[in-house]
Amino acid sequence: MRWVLVGGLGAVAFGVLALARGETISAAWLVIAAVCTYAVAYRFYSRFIATRVFSLDPRRATPAERLSNGRDFVPTNKWVLFGHHFAAIAGAGPLVGPVLAAQFGYLPGTLWLVIGVVLGGAVQDFTILCCSVRRNGKSLGQMAKEEINPVAGGTAMVAVLCIMIILLAVLALIVVNALKASPWGLFTIACTIPIALLMGWWMRVWRPGKVGEASGVGALLLIAALVGGGWVASHPIGAAFTHSGTTLTWMIMGYGFVASALPVWMLLAPRDYLSTFLKIATIVILAVAILVILPPLRMPALTPFATLGEGPVFAGKIFPFAFITIACGAISGFHALVASGTTPKLLAHESDARMIGYGGMLMESFVGVMAMIAACTLEPGVYFAMNTTPAALAGASDVLRTAGFVVTPDQMQLLATQMGEQTLIARTGGAPSLAVGMAHIFSSVTSVLGGKTATALWYHFAIMFEALFILTTIDAGTRVGRFMLQEIVGHVWPRFGETSWYPSIIASSAVVVAGWGYFLYQGVVDPLGGINSLWPLFGISNQLLAAVALCVGTTILIKMGRGRYAWVTLAPLVWIVAITMTAGWQKVFSADPKLGFLAHAASLIGSTDPRAPRLIFNDRLNTFVALLFMAVVALLLVVSIREWWLVLSRRKPATVTETPFVETGYAATS
Amino acid sequence: MPRPADLARRMRRVVRHVIGAPDYETYLEHCRQAGHPPQLCEREYVDQFFASKGKGGRCC
Repeated sequence: MRWVLVGGLGAVAFGVLALARGETISAAWLVIAAVCTYAVAYRFYSRFIATRVFSLDPRRATPAERLSNGRDFVPTNKWVLFGHHFAAIAGAGPLVGPVLAAQFGYLPGTLWLVIGVVLGGAVQDFTILCCSVRRNGKSLGQMAKEEINPVAGGTAMVAVLCIMIILLAVLALIVVNALKASPWGLFTIACTIPIALLMGWWMRVWRPGKVGEASGVGALLLIAALVGGGWVASHPIGAAFTHSGTTLTWMIMGYGFVASALPVWMLLAPRDYLSTFLKIATIVILAVAILVILPPLRMPALTPFATLGEGPVFAGKIFPFAFITIACGAISGFHALVASGTTPKLLAHESDARMIGYGGMLMESFVGVMAMIAACTLEPGVYFAMNTTPAALAGASDVLRTAGFVVTPDQMQLLATQMGEQTLIARTGGAPSLAVGMAHIFSSVTSVLGGKTATALWYHFAIMFEALFILTTIDAGTRVGRFMLQEIVGHVWPRFGETSWYPSIIASSAVVVAGWGYFLYQGVVDPLGGINSLWPLFGISNQLLAAVALCVGTTILIKMGRGRYAWVTLAPLVWIVAITMTAGWQKVFSADPKLGFLAHAASLIGSTDPRAPRLIFNDRLNTFVALLFMAVVALLLVVSIREWWLVLSRRKPATVTETPFVETGYAATS
Repeated sequence: MPRPADLARRMRRVVRHVIGAPDYETYLEHCRQAGHPPQLCEREYVDQFFASKGKGGRCC
């Protein structure tokens, strides 16, 4: 009866969201629809996967118990591990994707976030976690190699390296767009580097292992830097922190290189701790603030761009681009790396995988829903003025005017002054508009509680929050890319494969930084704003990795003799392949120069613009990358389907590589 | 009813595990349960922990 009521309430909330036309509705309906769906899916669907599909057995010892070493393999309380896993999977993706997808209105993105996660994203994370935990915590690449074949394993490795390059470029572009001509923001973020170095020295040299002390000091200094940024911005010294996009590009590339080459304890780890504290605290505060004030959604359920396509934030129609734009939050292939990385080595009981794998992803989806709410509380005119380049805005001005999405330059200037910025026009990338939305929500709460409005401080807090964990991903991602490159080259030149040999560290770090740095640079100088072309590539590559993960999951289910349940992973796989292939095809071959790379390149041939040759080259490079992604998906599908056919037709024995059953000592003592 | 000092220690360990920080107490506990003396001092343990951590990724 209780679950019928929960389901009914969710259905009513979805009804209100879908049927509201022309009037402002409360964000409460969005929250209710999402939470009720998550609750029902967790109670029934995740239980079905745990019991019927994988037959998770609490009596079976996990790798954390069998291989316990007090360092990498540590049986961990499920609530603690839930926090750890969530901190590792939640990044900028679930915040930025929904903000960009809000150009279609709040409805398409929200439906994809909620339905996509329960049937796709959470299933993928849970499945890979279950598979890895029964294989001593093996990685996705190793499982692809052993369960499908070495071609699939090699493909998975190429996919990971490609996604890493595009991912880092796009994330860095978001930071560059957020910090461009923003002395307050740049000062605060620049201060995090010496703060992290101090923390590293504190917990490694001065007081080994004292992470709490170092983090406390770091947090205090971070707040001081945030407040001090306001003073810097209003002082002549602010000029030293006011830079163009291209200068910031070189700075961030230099930072990525140094962070990758330095020892982990010096910069990467302390920044990671600071970022995790800030991430969890801010997400909790944002959730509470949204539930307290339940802000009205000013964006309509559907904007004209939902039906027309050709949106100014990014080109393309709802299908497939809404599903590519929101990757993390609905389904993210990158999570499969975490679910087959640290988490399976910390799982105390097999049955905990349901809460960690499925539940953790539901939580990330809820973060995406909150980002959607924050973006949709902005006036649509403000949203489009912030997220659109002048060139794209000119093209969409008629549609925007007809829809009533207008804003005057004076209104934008007033908003910029409130936020302590010089301008907020054409601040593409999603981060600044999310920060404005969050600043409105936070300052509403502080003013309700009797405090100062402090909008500018909250805006820069939100920017710092986003930039800090994006930079953490850049640190860690460049480093992981460096290890992969060292491993690959190490097959040919063993000395290069030594991860502690400094010439190899320097060379591999430089190559990886140059890879993502090139895409970042092209995004910064692109007159369409970069996000326009790079974010879809990021979405395609991320979903490609999801396809790899779902192929591995399906193969393992078939080999386990659970072919009748293969639809659990096959259904999201079919959907992911459909959107990846359609989006890739349209990005390459669409005749619309705003959408298709080749059409855009063709439109520039004969142009007198001195930038034209470089832009044409970039379009062709992006074409190559998109085609490479599509080829990888196709190859992987072919080898997987062949394997399924061989096993199902009994031409090949269904051999799984699970570790043998060992009874847990915990069950015996409990 | 746990003593405040025990509670603080437990909280500290929870936070360390959530953020993925080195926790030497966990290692000592593991050695006790495994029935062998610790092979690493705290400095060595922290060094090995960070070396291993550097290979893990963060999601987007």
